[in-house]
Order: sequence, then structure tokens, then C-alpha cells
Amino acid sequence: MELSARVALTATLASLPFGITAAYLLVFMRLPAKPLINGIISLPLVLPPVVVGYLLLLSFGNRSWLGELLARAGIHIIFTWKAAVIASMVVGFPLLVHSIRIGMEDIDEKLIQASRTLGASWWDSLFTIILPLSLRAIIAGSTLMFARSLGEFGATIILAGNIPGVTQTIPLAIYDYSNTPGGDGMALGLCLVSILLSLAVLLFNEGIIKRFKGRCRQ
Amino acid sequence: MNFEVCLQKRLGNFTLDTEFSLDCKRIGLFGPSGSGKSTLMHMLAGLLNPDRGFIRLDGETFFDQASGIHRLSEKRRLGVVFQHAHLFPHMGVRRNLLYGYKRIPKEERRIDPIDLIEILNLGPLLDRGIGALSGGERQRVALGRAVLYCPRLILMDEPLNGLDEELKYQIIPYLQKVFAEFHIPLLFISHSLNEMRLMTDQVLEMANGRIHSQIPADELALFRMNAGQGTYLNLLELREPRPRGRLFVYRWGNEELVLTGDGEGRQTGMFEISSKDITLFKLHPEATSARNLLKCRVKRIFEAGTRLGVELDCKGQFLVSQVVDEAARDLGLEPGREIFAAIKASAFRRLY
Repeated sequence: MELSARVALTATLASLPFGITAAYLLVFMRLPAKPLINGIISLPLVLPPVVVGYLLLLSFGNRSWLGELLARAGIHIIFTWKAAVIASMVVGFPLLVHSIRIGMEDIDEKLIQASRTLGASWWDSLFTIILPLSLRAIIAGSTLMFARSLGEFGATIILAGNIPGVTQTIPLAIYDYSNTPGGDGMALGLCLVSILLSLAVLLFNEGIIKRFKGRCRQ
Repeated sequence: MNFEVCLQKRLGNFTLDTEFSLDCKRIGLFGPSGSGKSTLMHMLAGLLNPDRGFIRLDGETFFDQASGIHRLSEKRRLGVVFQHAHLFPHMGVRRNLLYGYKRIPKEERRIDPIDLIEILNLGPLLDRGIGALSGGERQRVALGRAVLYCPRLILMDEPLNGLDEELKYQIIPYLQKVFAEFHIPLLFISHSLNEMRLMTDQVLEMANGRIHSQIPADELALFRMNAGQGTYLNLLELREPRPRGRLFVYRWGNEELVLTGDGEGRQTGMFEISSKDITLFKLHPEATSARNLLKCRVKRIFEAGTRLGVELDCKGQFLVSQVVDEAARDLGLEPGREIFAAIKASAFRRLY
């Protein structure tokens, strides 16, 4: 359980900068193939997680150039908890980007223009206008991604394996117990933990949204 | 302030092609909606890239396509007041006001926030959130925010649009006070003739993406009456009211005018009187129900659509009246002729 939380938290925090950047690009930049880029980002949401896991395994495997490069640097990803993080990052990323994107689309571009005419540079505008105004969406997206990461199974089991104490997150443990004779009790117990944890995250998410509502409306 | 601008921009079917050079502190940009005023303003502020041309303010180049100069918005030091205020919703009034102020070097902060808050009467609003402001309050905060940035020039894009008449004329004195007090040049965009006359000296008239004419603000209204666009509204600044029975007597230059009371007998104010409410008499009528009878001289007579406009000189002050051809013949109107103008005490409308 501690491992599950650690994996989900790391995955969420590590994805945040990328998620914010991706959402910013999709909302404020005039990109040539925006629908295509959007589609690629959303792909892990609809692809079977097994496919994502398998592709990740191929790209991080010892025979790929990326895997070789990392191996040479002494970094081993596959079958470690880092693999579980990467699997969660890829699968949860679309949820994060979508949430932040919706938040950023709500920002009136005139506000950004107003800040620029008051002497704010691009970075200044980003930190004093864009990020505070999309804070609610960023938090909502992060909790959603956190919850999704807690439940990540398909891609994780392929990329990280199912090693008790190393990469065995709650869903993987449930899978194990459900395959073991007499493990039903433990499996059900973990199911309950899983439900409570997810519910807590969703309630927290809802609470945040309520608190920010009204504050960010002009 | 010396302002030289030559800009071209294509936006879909619309082409903007403007050129002007002005040496004046209060410039108006006047024209119907869709004439390109906002587009021009956005290019001046650096929020929209022109296709060709240049922008020079007091010898400094903000944009020059030929030599590849393109100064970013945040480096132009122009204050902008948008039509919808665009206050930052996640900050309170105080932080909104000081947003630009904090972003200029200390030695360039020549305007004291305390003075400005006093002039714009923002004190009671400082600790409020943006959501708790009315439309007029919003615009005052937006103006304050732009002024505290100590800009070289303030661009105002129809700042009074969306406010009702009464509120609009409550805000204009604040605007006048701020610009008089802090000596900031102004480019004021509007399609309201009265706003132009009250806020600006020189007016650039815009239509279909081009600047048609450049005329003094006072003449703009006359010019438009001349072009047959309705009646002329005389704007009179009346001073030192004193009560007389149920009426009030105001000083207007060397004349005195009698008005129906506005109840409170307020101080100096701006009043409006339509040219069609000024009746002309050839000789002094013994008695009339109109409380004001001014002896004046005809300065000029001009065609105004189906009527004639008559410019009158009343001891150095000017009034414009309108008559039909027939009346002009009967009155024997001609420049230099002495005549009597009668105005009812109730015909005046207080703007502020």
C-alpha cells in the first residue's frame, strides 16, 4: 500500500511539468497538427493498457537504444518500482492534460494581454496569471491522475512485473491473491482499501473544486 | 507628445491602412464599431503584429517593419484600459492596482498610489475582491492600475461602453481629474461624440480601416451636424449655482443662465442643451415663458441636412441653434446680425 502511494505520487508529481507544458501548448499556441497531437496524448486513455505496457517494455528493454543508453548510465528501469512509475505516468497523463487544458481554456486571453501591457514578461505572466488561474484544474487533474495511478494494472504488470515488496502495488496484489486458493479474504480486504482510497481522493478532488469555485470567476 | 504611426494589417476580408502624425496630449479615435479602432489599438499596444509600417512615440521606435524593430508589449510602457476592465480575478483590488507599479524600477515610480487612490476614490474598495465591484468601480480600478504603471501614454479602448448613461457621466470627471493631475497623454477610443468632446482635443475619424480626417474635437460635432447627422448638442460648463425661488442661477462665462433646480444645487457641472431647444427672436420679446434670453451675434450659418445650423456668439461663448429655411428668411439671419436666443430653464440636462 505504501508502495502504491509512493508510485502514484511520484508519477503524478513527475508528470506535472510535462502536463502543464502540454496543456499550455495545446491551448495557447497555434500548432499545425493540434488534433493529431491531442490524439496522440489521449491515446493511452483508450488503448488497452497491455499495449502501452508492451510498447514501453520494448522501448526501455535492453535491446532498444534507450534501454542501452540507460543501462550504460547504470540505470535499470524494468522490473523496478521506477517502471511502475513510468507505466502510471504514461497511462495517467491524458487525464492530467485534459483537466489542465479545460482549466486553461477558461482563462480569458485578454487577462494575459493585460498583464503584458503592465510590464509582465512571459514568465511573469505564466506564474502570476496563468498558473494561479488554472490552479484548480491543475489540482483536479493531479488528484485524478493520482487515483488512476493507484489503480494502474495492465501496463505495470508488463513493465514492472509483479514482485512482492518491489513492484507489487495494490491491484497487482489483488490479482495475486485472487489466483491463490484461500486468498479471497485478503483480496477482498485489499479491494476495500482500494475503494476507500479512491473515494477519498475523489472527495478531496470535489472539495477542492468547490473551494475554488467563485473565487476564480470574474 | 509626438506620435507618428503608419500601419497596415490584413485580417481576413478587412484591411486596415492608417497613417497619422500628431503632436497633442489628448487624442481621440472616433468611428463606428468595426471601423478598425480596436485593431489599431492592439497594434499600438504590441498585442497584434502589423504587416507593415512603423510606430514612433516621442522619437522612440516601437515597431518598424523595414528595420525589423519589434518591441514587446511589456517593453513599450503603454497603459491600456480595456473595454471590459480585465481585472485579474484571483487578486483583490489592491493587488490589481499595484500589478504594474511593482513591475517598474523604483526611481520611475513617479505617481504615488496614495494620491491616485484619493483622486479615484478607491479607498473603500481596496480590500474588496474583484467579484464585489460594480461596472463603474471596475473601470476606475482598471484606470488606476494603468496610471500607476506610470506609462508614456494611456490607451483607452471604449472604457465607458457597457455603462449606463448616468454612470458614464459619473466616471468622466474622474478621468479628467486623473489626466489633468498626472499629465499622462491619452489616446481615447470611442464611438460616442460626447465622450470625444469631453475627453480629447484632436480627433482622428476612422471608417473602414482608414483614417478619414483629423479635426479638433469641438469641430467634430459641428462637422457631423453639417453632414446632416441630426442635432447638435451644446456642452456648457456652468459654475457657482445660487438658488432663486425654485430655480437655480448658474454662471456661464459672462452670462447667467437660469435652470430648473436639480434639488441639491450642486457645484460646477457639465450640462447639455440641444440645438433644437434654442429658439431665436429677431427683436427682444417683452416677455416669454423661456427663462433665459441671451443677446448674441450670428457668427456663421451652415447647412445641416434639411435645416440650417446657426452658430451664435454670446459674449465670447458659443452656442449652436438650428432653424428651418423659412425661419431663417423671416429672421433675416446673416453673419454679424444681433439676435436673441431663448432657452427654457428645463431644457438643460446635467451630465455631471
